[in-house]
Amino acid sequence: MSDAYLDAPVVLRVENVTAGYGGSPIIEDVTLDVRKGHITAIVGPNGAGKSTLLKAISGVIKVTSGHVFVLDKETTNLPPEKLVRRKLAYVPQVANTFPDLTVKENLEMGGYTRKHGVAQRIDALGELFPDLKKSLRRKAGALSGGQRSMLAMARGLMLDPEVMLLDEPSAGLSPILQSALWEQIENVTATGVGICVVEQNTRRSLRHAQWGYVMVLGKNRLDGPAEKLLHDEEVIDLYVGRMS
Amino acid sequence: MSTTAILEIEGLSKSFGGVVAVDNCTMTIREGSVVGLIGPNGAGKSSVIDLVSGFERPTSGRVRFAGVDVVGKRPDQISRLGMIRTFQTPREWRDLSVIDNVRVGRSDLERESLWRSLSAARRLRRQDALDTEQLRELMEHYRLDDIRNDRAVGLSGGQKRLLEFARIAAAKPRLTILDEPMGGVNPVLGERIGEAIRELKKAGSTVVVVEHNLPFIEKTCDEVVVMDLGSVIAQGRFDELRDNERVVDAYLGNDDE
Repeated sequence: MSDAYLDAPVVLRVENVTAGYGGSPIIEDVTLDVRKGHITAIVGPNGAGKSTLLKAISGVIKVTSGHVFVLDKETTNLPPEKLVRRKLAYVPQVANTFPDLTVKENLEMGGYTRKHGVAQRIDALGELFPDLKKSLRRKAGALSGGQRSMLAMARGLMLDPEVMLLDEPSAGLSPILQSALWEQIENVTATGVGICVVEQNTRRSLRHAQWGYVMVLGKNRLDGPAEKLLHDEEVIDLYVGRMS
Repeated sequence: MSTTAILEIEGLSKSFGGVVAVDNCTMTIREGSVVGLIGPNGAGKSSVIDLVSGFERPTSGRVRFAGVDVVGKRPDQISRLGMIRTFQTPREWRDLSVIDNVRVGRSDLERESLWRSLSAARRLRRQDALDTEQLRELMEHYRLDDIRNDRAVGLSGGQKRLLEFARIAAAKPRLTILDEPMGGVNPVLGERIGEAIRELKKAGSTVVVVEHNLPFIEKTCDEVVVMDLGSVIAQGRFDELRDNERVVDAYLGNDDE
């Protein structure tokens, strides 16, 4: 598993990134790779800075030092609207769909800067997300939590990204729906997209990812093949072990 | 540390709509101890604080503070019994000076109107020289001396945290509940906050700290209470947590399909 992973090209490279919200930095000196067609999981206890890292990569907050490369081109501190053209999609945890618009309209909004092929892309995504295909005319606000997460992902895919950042896509979903969502995430990687996912449920995300990074209090503490991390006692130490 | 309970929570529950935030939660906090209240996101830690301090009313259950049943009491009534709580973002009287903020810290804080706190500040300003001396020491101790006459609204986040501790120290509560005091705090200030907590303990106050900075909890607290899904799943020494399967599951998540 990890051999195939390491052979895949790097689509997102984060090098020694430090960022925060103006005061002291929330994340410090974080380095990671996301590879084509694979799932990279960022895990770690509360307050590790996982979501902040995604915001720094996607231009929502400023990177104060370090570099971000998408497809080998530097994208550090590019605004989000420019980053989508560099093939990076970011799906935030909240406010990721327009509740008053229909599913189809949401997807059209996602493809707003697309010059042509919007309808074809919606058709293609309908194949990937059969649940959404059935609900194209429904208002996004009337969807179930699981469907809404899928819509948020599908919206991000409207511009054919090579890299997709998902911030807690399964938050608030029942275990069964979480499984369904992870299956969808795996289907998306099968189309060649490199996915970087942040999740609270460490064990579950490591079971679906190929590579994992463990962050603690803003720093990258450990990384490796997800399967190995899943059974690594050191990971438990990083969460609840003695620190001193 | 005494064996007397200062705070007894028994079968406490709270639902918001259909969501159960606190679920039959039971814990006892011993007088004079520093206790870390920890647990993963959504465990119900902040909700418990809201229930204990009167900011929310429980659906069921009991809370006894210093032997008094406080369920149904307003936050200001509970604070007058000697309980102070902080919030994730420091709250201060924006338009009062730094020193007046500490002065009114001595009177009752929560839900007091600004007008009343202003008159309280005026009243307290007339108090005797000993108080003034104590106040001066407090201002110096929390490095607020140079900004004593500045309006609190203009302080930095770190200064607001220090002001908060100065106010608590002035009020001399029996129980202090801190909601994520380390949020957005730099390492130097973090050290200072740890010190302030130890000083509160030394002055006889019991301290409960909600915080997800676990190295800080390990260093600062005598014991920890771990919550998950609205209930207490463990209480004991920090170094025992590693071997508690329920705690490890709560933090790492379950991977059952």
